[in-house]
Amino acid sequence: MESAKVNVRTYSAEEGPKQHDRHPLAKRRLIVLVSLSITLILVSLFSLMAGAVSFSISEIWNGLFDSSDTLERRIVWDLRLPRVLIGVVVGMCLASAGAILQGVMRNPLADPGIIGVSSGAGLVAVIIMIIYPTYIALLPLAAFIGALVTALIIYALSWRGGTSVVRIILVGVAINAIIGSFMSALMLLYSDRVQAVLPWLAGGIGGVGWVQFKMIIYYVMIALILALFSIKHIRVLRLGDELAKLLGHHVERSRFFLIVMSTLLAGIAVSVSGLIGFVGLVVPHILRLIIGGDYRYLLPASALGGGLLVVLADTIARSAFNPIELPVGILLAFIGGPFFLYLIQRRRGPVAGH
Amino acid sequence: MLVTKRLDFEHSTAFQLEDINLSIQKGEIVSLVGPNGSGKSTLLRLMSRLISPKSGEILLVGKAIKSMKTEDVAKKLAMLPQMLDHQLDLTVAELVEFGRYPHRGAYSKLTTEDKKVTQWAIEITKLQSFRNRMLHSLSGGERQRAWIAMAIAQRPEILLLDEPTTFLDISHQLEVMELVKDLNENFGMTVVMVLHDINQAARYSERMIVLKNGKVLYDSTPTDVLRREMFQSVFGIDANIYKESGKTFFTPMKLGKEG
Ligand SMILES: Nc1ncnc2c1ncn2[C@@H]1O[C@H](COP(=O)(O)OP(=O)(O)O)[C@@H](O)[C@H]1O
Ligand SMILES: [Mg+2]
Repeated sequence: MESAKVNVRTYSAEEGPKQHDRHPLAKRRLIVLVSLSITLILVSLFSLMAGAVSFSISEIWNGLFDSSDTLERRIVWDLRLPRVLIGVVVGMCLASAGAILQGVMRNPLADPGIIGVSSGAGLVAVIIMIIYPTYIALLPLAAFIGALVTALIIYALSWRGGTSVVRIILVGVAINAIIGSFMSALMLLYSDRVQAVLPWLAGGIGGVGWVQFKMIIYYVMIALILALFSIKHIRVLRLGDELAKLLGHHVERSRFFLIVMSTLLAGIAVSVSGLIGFVGLVVPHILRLIIGGDYRYLLPASALGGGLLVVLADTIARSAFNPIELPVGILLAFIGGPFFLYLIQRRRGPVAGH
Repeated sequence: MLVTKRLDFEHSTAFQLEDINLSIQKGEIVSLVGPNGSGKSTLLRLMSRLISPKSGEILLVGKAIKSMKTEDVAKKLAMLPQMLDHQLDLTVAELVEFGRYPHRGAYSKLTTEDKKVTQWAIEITKLQSFRNRMLHSLSGGERQRAWIAMAIAQRPEILLLDEPTTFLDISHQLEVMELVKDLNENFGMTVVMVLHDINQAARYSERMIVLKNGKVLYDSTPTDVLRREMFQSVFGIDANIYKESGKTFFTPMKLGKEG
């Protein structure tokens, strides 16, 4: 036996740096997308079961598919199902809006709530609700216009070939403050009608039913399909404006389309659920860390994750503090606020960059 | 191939490009040299329509570039800017596929032709084994080749490169220069590149354009351009000029008086 064996490893040609025959993230993306879908379904089912009255799976089944007038039917079909569905689509819209906004602003902190896009939508929505209630059917459209105008203002104020983190937050604070003051003025001027919009303002899907679902579902479907078209734009823009231009891409046109898309999604969500913040920030951010920044995967994953987060949070908010129902917006702010602070803290170094 | 006519451009009162009249011929390798801030990048950006001139015009294969469609410019002309974002989380193959972007319909998939060209670009830049590696995990030289692969996947007739070898070590610099030569000789690509290394410029190009303060001072063969007076007046240095196997080279000696 050789006692002084020299312990040097030699590498054969096939060894050395690992060669991949497919994308290094391919497996992880698949796992994340599949497990998000499954979890979303499971959590939605759980959300139908849980609450002041809890049901078993078979009772849920009866409630969903047996239309005779039972307790299950009234609670599961009339109350909980529309609420769960709205939770899913609102979450999808908010998270996609956040992801797209981050892509176009080139800024990971661009959340419709934080930068004031949601408030813009909210202000117009409140005006419709308390001054022109006859036009309530146009609520999503009105909220979208409010969001769009606000976003264009923010973009004009903060875009310098990119948006610095500091600048976008400052502009957002100012916009939120200005809109907040308009909002307060409205509340005082129309104090007799304010009661109706208060729960909505807190950001919740407490009172929603099939009416609200029908109001938004067509908008949602159109917006989510259009959102798929934004993937290509974001991918090219991510190469940087110059390179995108050099590849023949219409940069300005495309950025405008993306702003329209994200505000459409945010506006729809706001019109039914009021001011729910942080979903658009937290969900894409976490997913980006796991599956990377390719929007072909990040956007669908964010949509699924957003739906999941809102339904889960709403289920907790309405059952954990029984008999009090917390608006889901408050619970999400409770989680999202600290997360936001953590993100700012983490980027302490090159804070001015993007 | 690419003609600039009485081109004027102004960044500010402190810097203007004045009266640039150049005609780049098909099949040429042209090097742009000059001190920092002399306007080399600005000139390439004008030529690639990233910025528009104050006056004058640019013709690309006979057509005024100003009135061409963005995607049509991109089918004929590719350019790699000086600053590239190396943190992109794309694989080499994904990056190179972007080179096909101007040739594709708005939302259409990669055609077999696109895939063939992508593969060709990857092979010619010797990146086959890096296809599925993330861009940020590559070495500087590999990364530079990946960017070039993207640009040539556009199948441009003319390729503009802004300092393609800066930040590379000497062997990787030569690798890039050999690649440029290969593209020119075997695929007829016209190349205009900004280089800092004047010896490399002299060795690899047939024509050198020297810029200073936004003006073209010399535009000729390396042998004509590499003269003591040029180094004096443009770079303010004393230089020794010598020839070897038909090519001209120089060695910087000392800072001379400002010319
Ligand atoms: N976007 C800009 N705005 C104003 N001045 C600029 C801009 N870009 C470059 N310059 C100025 O133009 C001059 C030429 O720059 P550039 O073309 O980058 O030079 P080079 O590439 O030869 O080093 C420099 O003085 C630079 O400061
Ligand atoms: Mg330069």
